Order: sequence, then structure tokens, then C-alpha cells
Amino acid sequence: MREFAYGSAESVEQAVAMLDGDPDAMFLGGGTNLVDLMRLGVATPGRLVDISRLPATVEQNEDGALRIGAAVRNSDLAADPRVRRGYPVLSEALLAGASGQLRNLATSGGNLLQRTRCLYFQDVTKPCNKREPGSGCPAREGLHRDLAVLGHSEACIATHPSDMAVALTALDAHVVVTGPAGPGRIPMDEFHRLPGDDPTRDTVLRHGDLITAIELPAPSELSRNSGYRKARDRASFAFAIGSVATAITVVDGTVTDVRVVLGAVAHKPWRARVAEQAIIGGPASAHAFEAALDLELSAAQPFPDNAFKVPLVRNLAVGQLCRLAGVEMSVGSVGAGTDGAGR
Amino acid sequence: MAAGRSQAYVRGVTPTHSPATAADPGRSPTAPSGASSDTSGRSDAATAAVTRSAYRLRINGTEHELDLDNRASLLDVLRDRLDLTGSKKGCDHGQCGACTVLLDGRRANSCLVLAVAAQGREITTVEGLAGADGELHPVQQAFLDHDAYQCGYCTPGQICSAVAVLDEVANGWPSAVTRDPDAVELDRAEVRERMAGNICRCGAYANIVPAVLEAQRLTAGAAGGDGAVTR
Ligand SMILES: Cc1cc2nc3c(=O)[nH]c(=O)nc-3n(C[C@H](O)[C@H](O)[C@H](O)COP(=O)(O)OP(=O)(O)OC[C@H]3O[C@@H](n4cnc5c(N)ncnc54)[C@H](O)[C@@H]3O)c2cc1C
Ligand code: SF4
Ligand code: FES
Ligand code: FES
Repeated sequence: MREFAYGSAESVEQAVAMLDGDPDAMFLGGGTNLVDLMRLGVATPGRLVDISRLPATVEQNEDGALRIGAAVRNSDLAADPRVRRGYPVLSEALLAGASGQLRNLATSGGNLLQRTRCLYFQDVTKPCNKREPGSGCPAREGLHRDLAVLGHSEACIATHPSDMAVALTALDAHVVVTGPAGPGRIPMDEFHRLPGDDPTRDTVLRHGDLITAIELPAPSELSRNSGYRKARDRASFAFAIGSVATAITVVDGTVTDVRVVLGAVAHKPWRARVAEQAIIGGPASAHAFEAALDLELSAAQPFPDNAFKVPLVRNLAVGQLCRLAGVEMSVGSVGAGTDGAGR
Repeated sequence: MAAGRSQAYVRGVTPTHSPATAADPGRSPTAPSGASSDTSGRSDAATAAVTRSAYRLRINGTEHELDLDNRASLLDVLRDRLDLTGSKKGCDHGQCGACTVLLDGRRANSCLVLAVAAQGREITTVEGLAGADGELHPVQQAFLDHDAYQCGYCTPGQICSAVAVLDEVANGWPSAVTRDPDAVELDRAEVRERMAGNICRCGAYANIVPAVLEAQRLTAGAAGGDGAVTR
């Protein structure tokens, strides 16, 4: 590990000032991703500005909107009764992630900015366009079983590993930032990027930008009827191989509002807008949900070893929508492939 | 659970680092970066001056004066500097839980915590769980009674983790398998999920789960539910 200087910030202003002007410095949250990447030689900061001691509060304002401080730990957020009741999908996503020990360390800001778990990215002896621009992407021909089936590029096929980010996208959250260029408030769906020809950037943030809070709109009928489902290689303590955050409102058998966000399939949480548009205004039925997901996933471009993800997230989403809408799953169709599957 | 926790932000010691030093002018941008990314060739006199810190850590109730390279993890300081070798290194990547300690009563992987960032926290290791008279913590006793280990390597982490699990349950924290978040109770499924961050290579899980349930029975009623280490 490279040597580094260390300082701890007592306020947001101090944190930004401490980092400002030093391209070699990084913020330190709980350290559960950054310290690991430093040990692996993937991250090599010359200075750390510890922001884990900034105020860590969850505040609800008069109109009910929730403001989550960036230093709030994942465990505290998951257990917060306002989150559990008003936004169950967020609590469930957090509790489905990592371990009790890690959630006690992990911060809300750090969770959003954790890097991909692509094996080549984490191994400095291998080429990787995300780590070393222009060096190539061995995952295409190599180990890509856990990587993207949607929105990937010639340069990079990595996925974003955060469960929390998938839930926040379904909740129309905003990320509040401040930095050298001043304050900003970024819709969650625009916070993470697709890789395009610059996979080095996971998000729209610029160096020196500090996440200060995550804001959730006031709880609604939609957000209260929400949930998270995650498929992984063991029953607990593993990253998603496919996940889905959903929320749905049904009035007299007709869907009036819906959110479907797919996780572990793209470089960012994948808001399934095509599926949402197909579902809204139609009947709440397994058949309608299946057709909508198939439409969305017709855009999927899986690789030889990860084509299983397409029917996986389709079935996770359909099952979860049926459950939240209180309708029967159509037994015959679950498990059916889609165009992209089984090749 | 607020009471024990507000302590988390109380600094026992004033930070000794000098925070806002400007970008290091002495560092050459052309310094070799070496794929193996070690320190050689990348540090110089200017950085060397600020890449260590003098600070104090409070561990099992005792203050320790330290002056160390910032790269030291809490786990390495415990084991290599302070001779507290109960906490184990299984992976050094947050994946196994063998290094689990309590920070302000909450379990954490000490391999991913920089020692310099643990200033001001109340650190409890497996060595600090027993009473002053040597009486074992109920979780330790339950692990003994249930033979909840084989080689014992993962055991200190399992025990520290279980101590915190009992607190989390007493505080009403739900888990991924909790059915009714308003009535959190420990059962086999809950123990398995909540202890998932502690891997046992010997596979002693069959005895670990009953040990944790037994420890909860022993402490039920006595548990404070205040986020502090219960005894
Ligand atoms: C074994 C293991 C299993 C895991 N399993 C899962 C899982 O199943 N699901 C899941 O979602 N996650 C999982 N994680 C990842 C974990 O959730 C993240 O490591 C954690 O959320 C990162 O938060 P942190 O505060 O520790 O971030 P840090 O490691 O401190 O920082 C991460 C990045 O964010 C930057 N940063 C931190 N805070 C801010 C801020 N406020 N403003 C600007 N930049 C900031 C840092 O500079 C760094 O680049 C796992 C991790 C491990 C080690
Ligand atoms: S998928 Fe992205 S992160 Fe993985 S090797 Fe290719 S460029 Fe690197
Ligand atoms: S040594 Fe820390 S989790 Fe394995
Ligand atoms: S007892 Fe041997 S690793 Fe758990």
C-alpha cells in the first residue's frame, strides 16, 4: 500500500476545503471498499480526508421528505422505523447487503460510490479499461458471469454492486453534493453512468465532490408498497447476481403507478422504464407483468456465461410485482426463457 | 439505542494530524507507479513527514499511546503492536469476520478499519469480554458449553459478533429474514442470517447456532438494549 497522510474533517466545509486542490486525496467513509482497494493497489491516494465523523442524522422535514446524512451507517438506516415503514424497499436492500459487521461501518455516501467487483478491475496485474484506460477489457472474453447484460459498451461490461442504489432509484431519491463547483442535487437515476467510452467514471461526480446527503420524497402509497429481492450464490453475505427493487400501486385491479429497477445487470441501477410504461394503466396480472419485462429485456445483450441473468431478473421482477399487487403468479410461465436467454 | 451511541462522535484526543496541508509540492508526477503498487519509489521526504500519526486508542478500557504509519489497520495494531492476538486475520478483506471487534459496542471488521481512524472509539476485543474477576461473558460460556468450535480460529470473531447480535436484537434491529420488524426475536433462522458475516472453515455452525441462542437466554432480561456491550 502506498503511504498516505490522514486528516479527519469536523464539518462539510472543512471536508471540501481539506480535499480541494489535491488530485491525490480521497474521502474516507467507513473504509470497507476504499481500504480494501488500497490494500489491493487499485486505489492509491496520497491523502485521506476522513468524513465518517460528519453529522450522521436522518431528518424528516414538515412535508415528510427524509434527508439521510452521508455519514449515516447502513445498519442505522436499515433499522430506522421511518425507513422500514415508509420505504421498505430501502430497508430490505440494505439488510440484503454485506454483513452485520460491514453494515455498521459502511456509510450511505460510500455505499453509492463503491467500485465494481469485476475481478480484473480488482487485480492490478490484469488489463482493465476502468482502472487503466486503453489497456483493454479481458472480461468480455474471460470471466463475465457476474457482469452486465444491459447498457454495456465495447470498453467495459462491469456492473455496479450496490443493493442500496437499486432501491434508491426506485424511490426517486436525490443525491445532494457539494464541492469545488458548488452544491448540486442529482436525481438518483442520473447519478451513476453507463460506461460508454469512459468507464473510469462510475458516476457524474467530479474529483473533490462530497456527498452530503441523500433525499427521499415523502412516503407515499407507492413507496410503502415496495420491496427488494436479491438472487445470490449463497443464502446470505454475497453480492447480487441479479436483484430487483419494485413498487406498485393498484386501484380496482388497474396499475396506477409502478417502479421496476433491476440490479447487478448494468453499470448502474437499471430503471426499467419500458416495462413501467407498459404496466401503467393496464391490469395488475402476472401475464401483463411478464409481457412488460420481456419487452424491457428484449434490449438485453448477454454474454455466453451470463445469459442466465435475463430470465433470472425477469422472474424476480414478475414474482415481486405479483406479491406486492396481491395477484396470483402464473406458474407455467415462470422459468420460461426470453429472447436473450439460453443461447 | 441512542445513549451508548452518541459516544461515537466524542473525541477522546484532539487529532494530531495537520489536516489542511496543501497538495504536496514535492511529489513528482512522473514517479514510477509500479503495477504491484507498493510504497517504493512513490514516497519522498515531504510525504514521509506526514504519513504517520501520533494518537491514542482506548482498548478494553485501557488507553494506548501510539505513533504509527497511517497504513496500519486496527487489526494489525491489536495483534502486532499491543499483543492482543485474540482477534484473527482470516482474509484481510472483510469477507470472513475472524477480525470482528466491537467499536462503541457495535461489531466491525477490524481489518478494514484504519487504526488512525479508530481514535476516540471504545474498542472491545475478545480479551475484554470477561469480567474483571475472570468470569466469562455469557456468550463465551455458551460457546464452551456447546462445543461451538473445532480449531477455534474463527471463534473470537464469532463471539464478538454474537455479543453484538444480542444487542442488535435487544434494540429491535431487523434482519433480512425478520418477518415482523416490530417484534424482532432470535430463532435459528435469525441467528444464521445475522451471523453470516462470520465464516467457520471447520463448519462448526451446527453448534454455534445453539450457543448463540443459549447466550441469549442467559442474558435475556439483563440486556440493556442501549447499544453498549452487555454482560
Ligand atoms: C465482503 C464484502 C461484501 C459486501 N457485500 C455487499 C453486498 O452484498 N451488497 C452491497 O451493496 N455492498 C456490499 N459490500 C460493499 C459495501 O456495501 C461497501 O463497501 C460500503 O457500502 C462502502 O461504504 P464505506 O462508507 O465503507 O465507503 P468507503 O470504502 O469509505 O468509500 C468508498 C468510496 O466512496 C468515497 N466516499 C465515501 N464517502 C463519500 C462522500 N460522502 N462523498 C464523496 N465520496 C465519498 C471514497 O472516497 C471511496 O472512493 C460488501 C463489501 C465487502 C467488503
Ligand atoms: S468489465 Fe470493466 S471493470 Fe471489468 S475488466 Fe472490463 S473494463 Fe475493467
Ligand atoms: S480478516 Fe477481517 S474479515 Fe477476514
Ligand atoms: S472453528 Fe475452525 S474455523 Fe471455525
